[in-house]
Amino acid sequence: MTAIPDTVRPSRRVSIRGLNFALLIFVVLYAMIAVLQPNYLEAGLFMNFLRRAAPLVILACGQLYVILSGGFDLSMGAVVTLVVLAASMLIGGDPAMTWPVIVALYAMGLAVGLANGAIVAFLKVPSIIATLGTMLLVNGLALAWSGGAPRGDLPDNFRNLGRLVLRDVPLVGTLPVAVIILVGATLLAGWGLHRTAYGKRLLAVGDNPRAAELAGVPVKPTRISAFVVSALAAVTAGILIGGFSGVSVNAGRGLELQAIAACVIGGAQLLGGRGSVAGALFGSLSLFALFTLLNLLGLPQALRDSLQGVILIAAVGASVLRHRRST
Amino acid sequence: MHVKSILAATLAVAFSTTAYAQEFNDPAEFKKQRELLSTKAEGPEGKPWEQHLGGAMVDTAKFKKDGKHTICFSNAGVFNPWRVVGLNNMKGEAALQKDRIQELVILDAEGKDDKQISDIQSLLDGGKCDVLIVSPTTTAALTPAVEAACEKLPVIVFDRGVNTKCPVTYIHPVGGYGFGITSAEFIASKLPKGSNVLAIRIVPGVDVLETRYSAAKSIFDEAGINVIGSEFTGSDRAKTKSVVEDYINRGQKIDAIWMDAGDTATAALEAFEDAGLPYPVISGEDQQDFLRKWQKENLVAIAPSYPTYQWRTPIIAALDILDGKSVPGPEWNLPQPAITQETLASYIDERMPALHYSLCGCQDLPGYPEQWGAK
Repeated sequence: MTAIPDTVRPSRRVSIRGLNFALLIFVVLYAMIAVLQPNYLEAGLFMNFLRRAAPLVILACGQLYVILSGGFDLSMGAVVTLVVLAASMLIGGDPAMTWPVIVALYAMGLAVGLANGAIVAFLKVPSIIATLGTMLLVNGLALAWSGGAPRGDLPDNFRNLGRLVLRDVPLVGTLPVAVIILVGATLLAGWGLHRTAYGKRLLAVGDNPRAAELAGVPVKPTRISAFVVSALAAVTAGILIGGFSGVSVNAGRGLELQAIAACVIGGAQLLGGRGSVAGALFGSLSLFALFTLLNLLGLPQALRDSLQGVILIAAVGASVLRHRRST
Repeated sequence: MHVKSILAATLAVAFSTTAYAQEFNDPAEFKKQRELLSTKAEGPEGKPWEQHLGGAMVDTAKFKKDGKHTICFSNAGVFNPWRVVGLNNMKGEAALQKDRIQELVILDAEGKDDKQISDIQSLLDGGKCDVLIVSPTTTAALTPAVEAACEKLPVIVFDRGVNTKCPVTYIHPVGGYGFGITSAEFIASKLPKGSNVLAIRIVPGVDVLETRYSAAKSIFDEAGINVIGSEFTGSDRAKTKSVVEDYINRGQKIDAIWMDAGDTATAALEAFEDAGLPYPVISGEDQQDFLRKWQKENLVAIAPSYPTYQWRTPIIAALDILDGKSVPGPEWNLPQPAITQETLASYIDERMPALHYSLCGCQDLPGYPEQWGAK
C-alpha cells in the first residue's frame, strides 16, 4: 500500500492549481456576460444560470471518475436521452408513478454502468470503443422503444425537479430545486473522490494500473465502479433535463463530449491520474458561461460555432500547457 | 499569422452561409406558393389527401395492369416524428386498400443518399414491383436513380422533388414558402408595426426549412416587424428554452415567437411561464402538445402545417396509375391548411402522443389510434 500515497500526493497539489485556473476562466467569461447584460449579476439570474448548468456539472462530475480511472464514457448522452424518453413512457403523466419510476431509471443506469465497466475491465476493450458501442446500443434502444416519437407525459412532480424555483428563500431570494440537487451531487462526488480510500485507489488505477495492481488495489472493481458512477450521474442529469424542458428525442445529444471538455478545462488529465471535482465543476460552469455568452452576443450561427471551437481549443490548450510546465 | 488565418476562415464561413441563403429566397416561387395558398382545391370534399390545387392531369392508360399490385416504396428514412406519423399514414392507406394490393415493399435508406440509390436499384432488380414510390433523401443525388427507374416502371415522387420530369407525378403540399407565408402573415396581422419577433429554427441549410424562414422574413420586413434574432436549436427542447430565456434576460420585449417547426414550441412558451411573463403571439405547427397548450392557455396562435396526410396520396396515385386513370401531374399540389382558433378544438385528441401531427388525415384509417401511438 505504500505506493499509493506517493502517487496521490503530487496530483492533489496540482489539482488545486487546476481548480484556480478553471475558476479564473469562469470568472472572466461570467464577467463578460455581466458587461453585456448587467442583470446577470442579480442573484435570481445567477441562480437561473446555475439551474441550466446543473445537468452539465453533474455529467462532468460523473465523467471525471471515468477519466481519472484512465478511460472515457461516451455513453452518457445516450443514457440521458433514454432516461428522458423512459421517464415519459413509464410515468405516462401519473404523478403517483414518479418516484417508483425514478428508482427504475437508476436501476437502468446501474445496468448500463456495470455493462460498460465489465466490457472494459474483463474484455479489455478500450473504453472509447466500448462506450461508443453502448452509446449506439442505448440510443437504438431508446429509438426503438419510443418508435422515434416520444409518447407519454411527464407530470408536474417530475418536472419540478428540474423546473421548480423556490421563492422567498433567505439570503439568495430564489432557489431552483435543480441547484439543490447540483450542490448535493457535487458534494457527494467530491467526498467520494477526495475524502475516501476509494478515491485514492481510483487515482492510482488511472495513473499507473500495473503499479496499482502490484500495490494490491482491486483494479477491476475500481474501474467498473467508475463507469457506474458515471452512468448514475447521467441518470441524474437526465432527470434534471427532462424536468427543465420536457420530453425530447434529442435530449442528450452531444452532452458526453461537453462533459469531457468540461473536465479537461477543469484540469483533468485525459487517460487518468489527475483531476478534481472542483475543477470539473468550474470547467463545466466555464463551458456553460461560454455558451451563454455566445448566445448573448447574437452572432450568426456559423461564426458562433467556429468561435466556440477556437475558445474551447484555447482553454483546453492553456490548461494542458500549464500542467506540463508545473509537473 | 495564425490569428489572421483563423479570422479569414471564420469570415469565409460566415459569408458562404449568406451566399448559401440566396438559393432559398426565390421571389417567383414565393409568389407562386402565395397564390396556391388561396387556390380552391379540386377533388372530394373533406379529403385533402385526394385533392389538388389546379394544374394539369396526366394520362396513364399505358400503365394499366390487371390483378393485385405490388407497390414498392423507397423511403428516405424515419428519422423524425413527422416521418414516423407519415409512414404510419402510408401503411394505413395500404391496409385500407388491401383488396387491391398484393404487397407494400418498403426499404428504409436511413437518411443516406448512397443507401437509397442502391435500395432503388435492388427494388428494380427484384422485378416484383408494379410501381415505385420514392421519397428522396436529397434532390440532386437521387435524380439519376429515379431516371433509371422511370425507364422500367411508373414512378411517383413525393415530399422532396427530383431534377427530372420523368416521374408520372410529384406529390407535395404547397411548400416551405407557403408555410412561412401563413405563419408570418398571422403574426403580422396581430401586432403593430415596430413589434419584435424571435425566430426559433431547427438547423441551417435545409431547403424545406430555409424557404420557410426566407418567406417569413420577407413578410416581417414588409410589415415593419423586427426580427430580433434567428436561433437554431436542433429540435432540442432544453436548448430552445435556454435560448428563449437568454433573449428574455436581455430585457428586450418579445412580442411574438415564430418557429420553422413546432416540435419545441411548448418549451419556448415555458420560458415565458418561468419568467412570469405573459405569453407571446406564437406560430407553431400541428403537433398535439402545442395544440393542447394553445387551447388550455388561450394563446394567440396559429399552427401552419406541412401535412403528413401527403403520405396517403402516393398509394392512391399508384393504384389510379395502375388502373389507367389519369392523375394530377406532372406536379400534384396538395392543399396545405393551417389550424386556426376556429378549427383548433376539432384537431385535439387527448389519446394521441405529444408529437403526433394532427393533420395526418388518419382518423378513418384501419388501426387508428393505436398504430399512431395512442394510449
